[in-house]
Amino acid sequence: MWRTRGCLLQSSTLFRQSLRVLSSNSTSAVGVSNINQVVSDGTPSFTANESPTSAEEPSQSRFQKPKEKYKGSIDNAETAKFAAIAETWWDHYGPYKPLHAMNPVRLSFIRSALCHHFRKDGDTAKPLDGLKVVDVGCGGGLVCEPLARMGAQVLGVDAVEKNIKVASAHAIQDPSTSSIQYRCTTAEQLVLEKQEFDAVLALEVIEHVADPMEFCKSLAALAKKDGMVIISTLNRSISSYGLAIVGAEYILGWLPKGTHDWSKFMTPEELALLMNRASLSMEEMAGIVFSPLTQRWSLSDDTSVDYIASSVKKQK
Amino acid sequence: MRNASIRFVLPISKWQKCRFLSQAADRLPHVSSSQEQAGDNSRKTGENTENLAGDNTYDVVVVGGGMVGAAVGCGLASTPLTKSLRVAIIDGNPATIQKYSKKQDSVPDARVSAITPATVRFLKDVGAWETVLENRHAPFDSMQVWDYSGRGFTRYRAADVGESVLGYVVENNLLISALNSALERTGFAETICPAKVKTVQFPSGSTSSSTGNLFEILTERARSDTGASTSFQDQKITEPANLDKFDRNDNWAQVMLEDGRLLRTRLVVGADGGRSRVRDMARLETRGWDYNQHALICTVQVGYHHSTAWQRFLPTGPLALLPVGGDLSNIVWSTTPEKAKELKEVSKEEFVIAVNQALTEDYGPLPSSQTNVVALSKLLTPLMGELAPSVSDPFIAPPPVTACLSERLSFPLSLTHATRYVSNRLALVGDAAHTVHPLAGQGVNLGFGDAAALVKTVREGIRTGEDIGELALLEKYGKERLWTNLPMMAVLDGFQRVFGTDFPPVSLARAAGFNAAQYLGPLKRKIISFAMGGQV
Repeated sequence: MWRTRGCLLQSSTLFRQSLRVLSSNSTSAVGVSNINQVVSDGTPSFTANESPTSAEEPSQSRFQKPKEKYKGSIDNAETAKFAAIAETWWDHYGPYKPLHAMNPVRLSFIRSALCHHFRKDGDTAKPLDGLKVVDVGCGGGLVCEPLARMGAQVLGVDAVEKNIKVASAHAIQDPSTSSIQYRCTTAEQLVLEKQEFDAVLALEVIEHVADPMEFCKSLAALAKKDGMVIISTLNRSISSYGLAIVGAEYILGWLPKGTHDWSKFMTPEELALLMNRASLSMEEMAGIVFSPLTQRWSLSDDTSVDYIASSVKKQK
Repeated sequence: MRNASIRFVLPISKWQKCRFLSQAADRLPHVSSSQEQAGDNSRKTGENTENLAGDNTYDVVVVGGGMVGAAVGCGLASTPLTKSLRVAIIDGNPATIQKYSKKQDSVPDARVSAITPATVRFLKDVGAWETVLENRHAPFDSMQVWDYSGRGFTRYRAADVGESVLGYVVENNLLISALNSALERTGFAETICPAKVKTVQFPSGSTSSSTGNLFEILTERARSDTGASTSFQDQKITEPANLDKFDRNDNWAQVMLEDGRLLRTRLVVGADGGRSRVRDMARLETRGWDYNQHALICTVQVGYHHSTAWQRFLPTGPLALLPVGGDLSNIVWSTTPEKAKELKEVSKEEFVIAVNQALTEDYGPLPSSQTNVVALSKLLTPLMGELAPSVSDPFIAPPPVTACLSERLSFPLSLTHATRYVSNRLALVGDAAHTVHPLAGQGVNLGFGDAAALVKTVREGIRTGEDIGELALLEKYGKERLWTNLPMMAVLDGFQRVFGTDFPPVSLARAAGFNAAQYLGPLKRKIISFAMGGQV
């Protein structure tokens, strides 16, 4: 019953977050336009502002740049309002508590997969230094921020504009995450812009897209040759039906009914097949499980409900 | 393949190391001149401190550079994941950064700690143990506890659990000095000393917003924007003029020093002792009670060299005699405040007489060893498991005290325990989180345990890219330590109560307890490993 809580919440975050923001903040029009300047202003290049592959990353300027913006063009009162919204997303004791609890587990998988693949020393504070990463469907930036702290150069994209605003408002509060770029766009758009990344993440997103095959191909297209694509999703199993649909939507009411369409869930074999067709070869897979006894999330070989898989882009 | 990966990895880590060193070098000028410069600048520019933003921003600020505070700094310096953190340690007492320079034949300081093997492991890990070994330290391999009634005693030996020592007695200032020199060698933390913390502002809002209600957060924000909220934790000592320096929307902690310097930090570590001001500023409550006892400590000379920790329980409190090297020993005498005052005022000769009486004759005879019980416990061996080697040890009288060598110090004893060890951007360690009765010398060991656990939590947080001051992360530390410290505190408090009474059923049960602890092998081993800092 508990196992799926976090992932379900995350996949429903688009819906819930937009509800919350819409219902509570009708006066934010000014702030919205201001924040847009902090976020990417639509220029297609991640590279225009900063060379993504440049190895030196002067921490001073990294820290000061957003600070200037923060003090300069942004209205403080409006920023505070957005920070307040961000705190809902980022409130570890709020509605997203299970997601926050589960997050370190996903991140330790991502960290070790990336370190292993890119031959990085995992025993340092910033092992992902120099890697360009995109998180497709980033929500409030719960994965983007830790990746930035690990040294990666992160772009977070989400189709929901409100999420992007919340994520950017939260990221600029901390010098170690203020380098994250957020854009309200889609994977397909990034492909059209011919952007390429060392690693492409799509966590709890693929079960919501109309055409998983096309989506998977877009993710692959965003990865550099020999780059990594990491996908997490819900398994189409009896237990996921019981836990994620019946339990979370109908009995416990955590999620609005109809959030998930069980028939769109994907078994690990199907995901591997999809990846293969998109010229991605699956490397590692792990289940993400919750133990009600210890109240802890952990990685497991039980992939029957929620799982995460890493794959490498083969030669073009 | 393996080789290739190693070859590839090495240059990166080397390069990162260089970068780290060069960053450290960049910082150095600030460190040396930071005392006046940073303070002056922030005063001149007031709120407009962007230029200095990098200079006053830390990952961790440790308030209190005593044994446990320095241990946190050392712990963070010694793991690869945490050693690139920017850390400051603030202490008000210039003596804490003085080097220990006592010769082996000088009189040791009266303030000593009995450290357990678990603590020794931690000190080894952080590179401070060698300095202790180079200086005066006294291992003890046995422990003898008895009470004034003479009905029972317990004698433990390290051999009972297959170890060579039960622990070491080390002067506190040697421990601090060892930790500080380990820190210095790494060039890791900035020690800001002497400097006093005037006030700490913790971020408002996010700590208490357990509901995550947007409306509440917004109204709270609005209130703090208009300045109506009481977000400044310590109203009494914060003057209005200084409030302007705080950035009210900052979601980091802000530490203001008495010289006007303002440090921003992700995490404040409260290591400022039993009367922790940081704890009060964060409004973390404590529970506890006064023992109505004072501990009197001093260094004495005894008749011969020994390596036993002796402890006799008197109705007024326990009296401990610990080896500190050679024929010197340390006295920790917990007794009524009146008696402690009297013992401090009498001449050294009279004091020596009083100590010897209290160790042997006062209130009752010394116990004798009960051979019939030994025989009985041997009969029970098939049921109870192997006998501990010390089962047939006779009671040994403690060595006579021959002279009092140091001044006598005393301090009141109480049990305090913070109801929570953590709040948003704050973690309490050591005495700031809990103070215990010194009867088993566990206080500082619990503190080192806190330091090790906090370092572990921070390391895990960095591994998964979390903000290390985030309450949800710190709570892992808080929970872990609460479950370790509370049982130990309960045991120590129980001891204190059981021995503080003359009521016959209790004193008989006490004698039975002593005998059980002395003669039952498995129980004995459990008790020893608990006292050595292992898990029960």
